[in-house]
Amino acid sequence: MNEYTQHVTKAFDQELSNLRTHVLEMGGLVEAQIRAATTAYATGDIAVVAEIVDADTRVNDFEIVIDDECAQVVAKRQPTAFDLRLVMGVSKIVTDLERVGDEAKKIAKGARRIHQRGQMPLPRAADVRHVSSVTVAMLRQALDAFARLDAEASHEVIRADEEVDIAFKAILRQLITFMMEDPRTISTAMDIIWIARAIERIGDHAKNIAEHVIKIVEGRDIRHPPKEKKA
Amino acid sequence: MMPVEHSVQNLVPEISIRHLNFYYGNAIALKNINLDIFKGKVTAFIGPSGCGKSTLLRAINRMYDLYPGQRAEGELLIDGQNILAGGVDTIALRAKVGMVFQKPTPFPMSIYDNIAFGVKMHEKLSRTQMDDRVEWALTKAALWGEVKDKLKSPGTGLSGGQQQRLCIARGVAVKPHVLLLDEPTSALDPISTMRIEELIHELKTEFTIAIVTHNMQQAARVSDFTAYMYLGELVEFGRTDDVFIKPRDKRTEDYITGRMG
Repeated sequence: MNEYTQHVTKAFDQELSNLRTHVLEMGGLVEAQIRAATTAYATGDIAVVAEIVDADTRVNDFEIVIDDECAQVVAKRQPTAFDLRLVMGVSKIVTDLERVGDEAKKIAKGARRIHQRGQMPLPRAADVRHVSSVTVAMLRQALDAFARLDAEASHEVIRADEEVDIAFKAILRQLITFMMEDPRTISTAMDIIWIARAIERIGDHAKNIAEHVIKIVEGRDIRHPPKEKKA
Repeated sequence: MMPVEHSVQNLVPEISIRHLNFYYGNAIALKNINLDIFKGKVTAFIGPSGCGKSTLLRAINRMYDLYPGQRAEGELLIDGQNILAGGVDTIALRAKVGMVFQKPTPFPMSIYDNIAFGVKMHEKLSRTQMDDRVEWALTKAALWGEVKDKLKSPGTGLSGGQQQRLCIARGVAVKPHVLLLDEPTSALDPISTMRIEELIHELKTEFTIAIVTHNMQQAARVSDFTAYMYLGELVEFGRTDDVFIKPRDKRTEDYITGRMG
């Protein structure tokens, strides 16, 4: 399934290949953004925040360029079957990647607020870092699955998302406890909640990307499965 | 090849093809074709040149009878009758199963007579009944508005697209059950092509249509079912919506995505 023979029209191969390369470049950029943002949060090195915010305009540019490339392929090549699923999938994947970029920006700005306040009084940083490393791994694996057209790896990403959701809820519960015990922690705890929330959302986007990859590879839509009826 | 489930979708076969083999002399051109063409649906046949799709279409109204050395084996059931068997009235068969060819083939006579000619062979109509039938057929073929003031002019004086619609009107005029279209738009410009496609869409409410086309996007646009043929075999048959998004067979995928060298 991974290797498709070449088109009679070589230019078409080139266009699809460019499309995939650009998605992976965009993904790499977004991944670096999240890493930088979570590092800023953990270490208090807020000098990089401006860079992260700047990088987001490059992510946005990628979204526009790739979307345009998709439209060009549809207009010129009238893709069908795998090619069509690839182009449609790419168009959706870049939307998710762009949102991930936005979430990274939120993390960076939240980190700046916390550290400018000059305090990191809560021992939550370790938990947040852990969740963020899981979501970054999910995103990377989703992008790898896209690069290799690997449906099995995509399923692993989808399973990992449950872990992230559970970890997010645990962080939330503990932060609520802190806020109840000491109202002075509320501002910072709220910022940490926003950051944790952004990380959790990144996991959701990684899962979406994995679902798009499965659709591209298998032609099967696994989004929104019917809920199992309770006996 | 998986069969399409009829029962679920309320599909009624108009034509059932069973174990059909076709020979040009000693050369086999169709190998064990099994397929249902459903009533009131458009079925498109696609595949590279020489795959047998036109041969299959020509078998359905026994066009091959006109050529020595061509023969078919198996069953081709229309209304429960095997039309490949001996003793079939091919004139009546071709009234039931009309055909339109790649190049427009108007008769060298007036527009009116082009339509009336075939009707006269099958039915005795009064002058006014015939006028009505000609108008009905030309209206069905979306040509009436353009030719109603020049019915006595020669059919050959029309543009290519109009001529093709005249041929469709001629096919429709004898009220067939099935219309076979063999690359009906390959000699037409894009706008004329769109008109014919629109016409196919209109006609399927009353007729069962089988179309051979080299234009895959056209097959995707006009048909309900698509059959992909290769080297005389039916590789895949299914709903057009499925075939163009997720074909089951790798050979179909390669062909429709343009990967076949």
